[in-house]
Amino acid sequence: MKVRNIPHQPLFGGHTSTASYALGFVLSLLLTMIAFFLVGKKILSGTALGVAIFGLAVLQVMVQLRYYLNLGKEVGPKWNFWAFFFMLALLLIIVVGSLFIMASLNYRMMAM
Amino acid sequence: MGEQPIVYTQSERYSRTLFGFWLYLLTDCLMFAAFFATYVVLRNGTHDGPTAQDIFRLWHAFGVTVLLLAASLFAGLSRVEAFRGKKMGTMLQLMITIVIGCWFLSATFFESAHLLEKGYSWQTSAFLSAFFTVIWVHSLHILAAIIWSLVLLSQLFFRGITEHTFRRLTILAMFWQFLSILWVFTFTIVYLMGIGGL
Repeated sequence: MKVRNIPHQPLFGGHTSTASYALGFVLSLLLTMIAFFLVGKKILSGTALGVAIFGLAVLQVMVQLRYYLNLGKEVGPKWNFWAFFFMLALLLIIVVGSLFIMASLNYRMMAM
Repeated sequence: MGEQPIVYTQSERYSRTLFGFWLYLLTDCLMFAAFFATYVVLRNGTHDGPTAQDIFRLWHAFGVTVLLLAASLFAGLSRVEAFRGKKMGTMLQLMITIVIGCWFLSATFFESAHLLEKGYSWQTSAFLSAFFTVIWVHSLHILAAIIWSLVLLSQLFFRGITEHTFRRLTILAMFWQFLSILWVFTFTIVYLMGIGGL
């Protein structure tokens, strides 16, 4: 008995194939291994390392959002896609705002 | 007033549930972002206690990362099987997901137990307070996913693949995938930055 009557959306695994999951898994694993390798073998340090591992993390999240959750492949009005970006906007305000404020306080309250 | 009851079609129930759950996941992201920001601010507040480089082990972090990637993979595969109407395959993949989830949880538990044995608790320093909070809020979500998976497994066993179990399996797979995505940030910000001395 196959499932019928689900909306014809490729979203959230609607018609996600095993191939898509397998590819997503392999890419995620690869990106993870590169990040751990950079730290483990001390290839980079300081700001360069920070940028590299953060970049790899963002890349991996994009891979997972694309290949596992099919974000961006919706048919019709992309409610899910835009809700995600709204969340991202709020998140940046909260996180960057907090980090900026705390760093600023830290600086201003330093001992003379 | 005499309002007519609203009747939804199966297709509408499916769309609404998925969108609603997606919105929940997004709010959960905001919550985790707040915990991560707190950790980032407090990570050097080690007081007299251990630093990140003292307590984090690269292989532990890598191991549990692979586990979580696998768990979300099998949750997705379980749904693919359900989409094809295969009850046995669905249940099998879901069982594998549960086993892997339990493995992750016990690994995290033993890491924490190990730290507590050495006398390093959330009361030792701001860094450790923030660390234990991030790790355990995430782990409680994993525990919830495991319990949910067990309940759904029994529903699949007794009722098979129905409109309802399929819809629930879809959002459960989304939940596992979301937890895996969160862990990417956790291991990057906590473990990699910690061990890398950032």
